Amino acid sequence: MRDFASTSLASTLADAVPARRTDGVWRSAWRRFRRDRTGMTSLAIVLAYALLIACTACGLLAQRWQDEVGVPDAPPSFLRSAPTAPPGAALPASTSAPAAADVDISDVDPLAPRYKEWNERAAQYHARTAPIAATLPLGADRLGRDVLSKALKGTQISVSVGVLAAIVATLIGATLGALAGFFGGWAGDFVEWVYNVVTAVPDILLFFAFAAVFGRGISTLVLIMGLTGWTGQYRQVRAEFIKHARREYVRAAEAIGASASSRMFRHILPNVSHVILVRMSLMVVNFIKIEVILSYLGLGVATDQVSWGTMLAESQSELILGHWWQLAAATTAMAVFVTAFSLMADAWRDALDPRLRQ
Amino acid sequence: MFAYLLRRLWQMIPTLLGVVLLVFFLFRKFGLDPAQTLASLNASPREIAEIRAQLGLNEPWWVQLALFIKGIVTFDWGRSWATNETIAHLMATRLPATLTVTVPILVLDTLIAIPIALGVAYVRGSLTDRMIMIGTTVALSISFLVYVIVGQYLFGFQLGWFPVQGWSDSTLTNLVVYAPLPVLLAVLMGLSPQTRLYRSFFLDELGHDYVRTARAKGLTEPAVLLRHVLRNALIPILTNVGLSLPGILIGSFLIEVYFSIPGIGREVLLAVNRSDYPVIQAVTICVAMLTMLANLAVDLSYRALDPRVVLR
Repeated sequence: MRDFASTSLASTLADAVPARRTDGVWRSAWRRFRRDRTGMTSLAIVLAYALLIACTACGLLAQRWQDEVGVPDAPPSFLRSAPTAPPGAALPASTSAPAAADVDISDVDPLAPRYKEWNERAAQYHARTAPIAATLPLGADRLGRDVLSKALKGTQISVSVGVLAAIVATLIGATLGALAGFFGGWAGDFVEWVYNVVTAVPDILLFFAFAAVFGRGISTLVLIMGLTGWTGQYRQVRAEFIKHARREYVRAAEAIGASASSRMFRHILPNVSHVILVRMSLMVVNFIKIEVILSYLGLGVATDQVSWGTMLAESQSELILGHWWQLAAATTAMAVFVTAFSLMADAWRDALDPRLRQ
Repeated sequence: MFAYLLRRLWQMIPTLLGVVLLVFFLFRKFGLDPAQTLASLNASPREIAEIRAQLGLNEPWWVQLALFIKGIVTFDWGRSWATNETIAHLMATRLPATLTVTVPILVLDTLIAIPIALGVAYVRGSLTDRMIMIGTTVALSISFLVYVIVGQYLFGFQLGWFPVQGWSDSTLTNLVVYAPLPVLLAVLMGLSPQTRLYRSFFLDELGHDYVRTARAKGLTEPAVLLRHVLRNALIPILTNVGLSLPGILIGSFLIEVYFSIPGIGREVLLAVNRSDYPVIQAVTICVAMLTMLANLAVDLSYRALDPRVVLR
């Protein structure tokens, strides 16, 4: 994408001023970003996560996360390097088979004539018994589900909820901010009133109120966070639009007859899009954290889904018994992603707006 | 001054009206039917109709809205659907527990974060600064939930320094015995964001000319930092503390839920889980009022901190 300000002016004044090609905002930002080692490292981590999430979403990974593949609370493989039998099978053979079992009681057993028939009938059905592992790469939870698969699936759910909510909140916030900042007047006053109302109630209370009436589930969660979390984006976009609406390039566009919507979206929007993008990435981190807490409180994802929040909620009772692996898996997956994502957002901010760099 | 106060209070009315409208229509439009919720599962249609009549649900919406606003204005918040307790009584009995936990959190967080942030800002760019900044980034990326789960397990269960959870009728016992663990965990959690924020405030101030002037006239470094930089940075810090004031009412809701502390945050969550709409509505409107009053108090305190500020 090229800098619209310079191109629109350049095209209108093509005869008068020879157009000088410079690098666009995005290209020069990318050049600055590439020099930032922390930024590049965190970008690589975020891309790796994105790859894992894409694979999980397509069903290539962790599709069967709900299956019971290990013994309940199976420890991670690296804890038990020497294979030991699961606790139930560890009984000595001598005690499990009493010696007197061979006595023939078919004379007194009233069911004896029917055993053969039953056995034949039972043979018609094939009971598939999946092998139950004693240890799993990252252990198992209370129901014997693989923690690694759960962590992958949970990452997919938590991150997509955060990203989708940030997109919804950005759409609402940026649209309202653009309208209020560009037009002002009574429309601006009205939007400002809505903003005041929404910010008068603390976010978490708004989440509770919305959750109380809308129920739970991923789409509800995205909707709730989008409807309540747009205020920061609105504030920033409004300020930018107020600033830009008076700039010369917008006046010039107006002079050649550009419509209001064209000025808003074709001229101003590309020049403030980096602000929107940075604010949006900060929102992703925030929404992920909120999702975790709401899911823990039972107001987040539905009970047949897994997210970092539900994993942490389960791990609370497991930890008391000394089963720390699910807690560790969810915490690590979340901490690495959130750290990388925030560092990446910081690096983008520095690269896109060098004036902000302290 | 008086005129300023009056005008600010006057300006709150439209916002408050908006909050009331939001709460009213949110629950009316999307919520469950109150009569169905209140009546037991096998209630007859006649009983439901009676409850509807009693609640005024058969009236047109504007009459209901007027009744709702009248209740708010006369401080008659109604009764909880779940326990039939009046909401005023409910709030008054739950508030002390919430304050016992949240006030120490707010005070300790602020008092600990300010010196750390000032120190870090003073040695900015050094290894210490960078390590602390990386540390706070990592600390921020770990969910609050993990702090609480691991903290309770480690300090309460394994080390046995604190009771795992509990609450008593005596405020002193609560403050000394039961509150310390939740407070400690919340302070640990709150320290990272506060330190980062205050560091940026201090950095801002350290870049000003008056700092150079103060050094040039031979003031000692402690005098420059404490008497000049700290005092100037207090305005943004105070704003931040003031804005978090209403949050302390419900901000510690996770702590309250996790440690079974009978405070307002836990009560709201209970209300959400049992669709006890009057409680949610009343708490939302109350907290909105408190938020606006806190904003006003912050603006008024600027005047006390900085004589140059003129309130208009």
